[in-house]
Amino acid sequence: MKRMKLSRETFHVMQSNAKNALRLSESRPSVLICAGTGCIAGGAMKIYENMKAQCEKRGLQVYVGLTHDSAEEQELHIKMSGCHGFCEMGPLLHIEPMGIMYIHVKPEDCEEILEKTVMKGEIIDRLVYHLDGVAYPRQQDIPFYKKQKRVALANCGQCDAEDLREYIAKGGYAAFEKALFEMTDRDICNTVIDSGLRGRGGGGFPAGRKWDSVRKNTADVKYVVCNGDEGDPGAFMDRSIMEGAPHCVLEGMLIAGLASGASEGYIYVRAEYPLAVERLQTAIAKAEEVGLLGDNIMGTDFSFHIHINRGAGAFVCGEGSALTASIEGKRGMPRVKPPRTVDHGLWEKPTVLNNVETFANVPQIILKGASWYRSIGTGNSPGTKTFALTGNVVNTGLVEVPMGTTLREIIFDIGGGIKNGKKFKAVQIGGPSGGCLTEEHLDVPLDFDSLKKLGAIIGSGGLVVMDEDTCMVEVARFFMHFTQNESCGKCVPCREGTKRMLEILERIIHNEGTEADLDLLEELSATISSTALCGLGQSACKPVMSTLKYFRNEYLYHVRDHHCPICDGEKPHPVIDPEKCKGCGKCRKNCPMEAIEGSVKKPHVIDGSKCINCGACVKNCPFGAIEEG
Amino acid sequence: MKQDLSRASEIIERYDCAEHNLIAIMQEIQTEYKYLSQAALLLIAEKLGISAARVYSVATFYENFSLEAKGKHIIKICDGTACHVRKSQPIYDAIHEYLGLTGKRKTSDDGVFTLETVACLGACGLAPVMTLDGEVHAKMDPDSALALLEQVRREEAAQ
Repeated sequence: MKRMKLSRETFHVMQSNAKNALRLSESRPSVLICAGTGCIAGGAMKIYENMKAQCEKRGLQVYVGLTHDSAEEQELHIKMSGCHGFCEMGPLLHIEPMGIMYIHVKPEDCEEILEKTVMKGEIIDRLVYHLDGVAYPRQQDIPFYKKQKRVALANCGQCDAEDLREYIAKGGYAAFEKALFEMTDRDICNTVIDSGLRGRGGGGFPAGRKWDSVRKNTADVKYVVCNGDEGDPGAFMDRSIMEGAPHCVLEGMLIAGLASGASEGYIYVRAEYPLAVERLQTAIAKAEEVGLLGDNIMGTDFSFHIHINRGAGAFVCGEGSALTASIEGKRGMPRVKPPRTVDHGLWEKPTVLNNVETFANVPQIILKGASWYRSIGTGNSPGTKTFALTGNVVNTGLVEVPMGTTLREIIFDIGGGIKNGKKFKAVQIGGPSGGCLTEEHLDVPLDFDSLKKLGAIIGSGGLVVMDEDTCMVEVARFFMHFTQNESCGKCVPCREGTKRMLEILERIIHNEGTEADLDLLEELSATISSTALCGLGQSACKPVMSTLKYFRNEYLYHVRDHHCPICDGEKPHPVIDPEKCKGCGKCRKNCPMEAIEGSVKKPHVIDGSKCINCGACVKNCPFGAIEEG
Repeated sequence: MKQDLSRASEIIERYDCAEHNLIAIMQEIQTEYKYLSQAALLLIAEKLGISAARVYSVATFYENFSLEAKGKHIIKICDGTACHVRKSQPIYDAIHEYLGLTGKRKTSDDGVFTLETVACLGACGLAPVMTLDGEVHAKMDPDSALALLEQVRREEAAQ
């Protein structure tokens, strides 16, 4: 059966139907089960199945999503939502309209949740989040959420990721409709330029200016490409958006298509994100089915099609020109720029290339206007930024805060501080292309420009927190190993340089390096960052440079003392061999800590609690009776 | 034994024998056959009308393509930053030893397991994580990882 073609009027009908259905469903209890990768790994699907089974046992009518229209049929909605962000506490379960959030839910809890909370409104204390003896049954009161401001993640975790009608009911595709009928391509570009939206993938280039360059280009074919190749280890913002709000990404791309004059869009998704691919595929199919994607959308002359390309495991494909090469079926190798992607992108055509989060911000900017967006964040970096907060932090998860929020707020107020009561040491920001920030930077407001000054980058938004037990030399080695492994091999500085740097770092980690190695590392870093072909190569040495700058003492443990207290544990103090000791007392006299005791002509003993391992005794013993620990 | 490449042929044709679909074609063939054999690569080159060298260059460029047959069950240890700082390396080492792997060998002698690392699964909240045949296992340690493999071994033996 051929469907009726979507027009602006039928879209409005669809919109108001969806809104009514939503209003109706909001008055009924609904259970949202977080179905992000994290919670699924924790057993969310079993909870979903069990919840359904338990409802059926009780003769409760269960509905998934908003697709049931008659009021008497609706008793309970069970939905799978996108990532709620509080991954540490997963699997998460959210109950509306009460706004209750349960953590660490197990399939066997379903019965009790239904009986008590859904039917009677009672709260099950055991499943509620507690902090410092206070219970937080409502999601909005939990400190983790309180300081956040959700724009890109607005729909993530709040609605059924696969339900197009729910997205429309919550204002979805209204921005596209507005752009399509009420704005010219120039208006759209100007709004995005005025909003100050900067690329969320790492570079921070103004998105609107990119769009405008492509718009002005007179080429007949243009493309919109969405970069979902989130390769930074420790980052999962884009994954969560693609999984939790796929339509929001599609809508952002549609608007970019309108603004730039493109009619084909490509989403390049990392191979490691199968769920994101699946959700995007479903979203595209539904949007095509209702006519929001396809030819002559809503009866206009605007046509737009979106294709998905799966990556095949190459970090370098996150770089623009490598990504477009990969879509073309080639090896993903960056090329010399200029020409830039906006002039010479996919299949050598002008291309708008933005990251997932950037596109996800667009619909709300169009709907609410540039000045609304500017009211959030800082002057040069308006809006919000999502961060993946991971590592040795109490509340691992996905957070979104206004630009200009300090690290202290993110790590301590939202993140709950350091795990197991340890001391904060550093945070790696921007993944292998970024640098580390230390205690002294905790109160710096985070935005694109402030971080650049500190030798780090916001990057895509990975924040890996490290505690006192982490050796920063090992962290630098870890990142160099990663970049080396992922170097595409096209340019010599990156291919050979990172290899040599890794060798030096391996040597240092095994306590076989010398202080001259540190100079060599600095020299190589300077050469590689000024001569590598692409951004990834140029920034490959950032972790080494920033750890050398802020944690030089830890390098010195390895190259000078040949013993790192973090990697190798407490260094054992020297021991005096009583057989060889003649009791001359030279060691005792030379010890700066008065840690050696013994009377003349009797074997001496070192008191380990006072010894600082300076080695003076070893050097001064005329009989070779003291062995280094 | 000669490999039956009829399904590979179908896949290539479904993608219109188009050169820009090379990566997608190889991904699908690999899903079907578990790896890319020399014969399969040559078939792709022939059908797409491009040189074998070009197909080979793409196949070896991307981490996900394997030119060797893999074990029945694929283990992937996440070595992303978050997993790394929460101690993923000891898990890899324990499995490596358990499977009796040496040097660059990734597949156990009995062909049951292949051990790989992955840069980041994006499930950092559950670090350290590993996947067994695509299923994510959260908050692992060497003991729980080995217990999981033991269980698979037992199931294999029971069949």
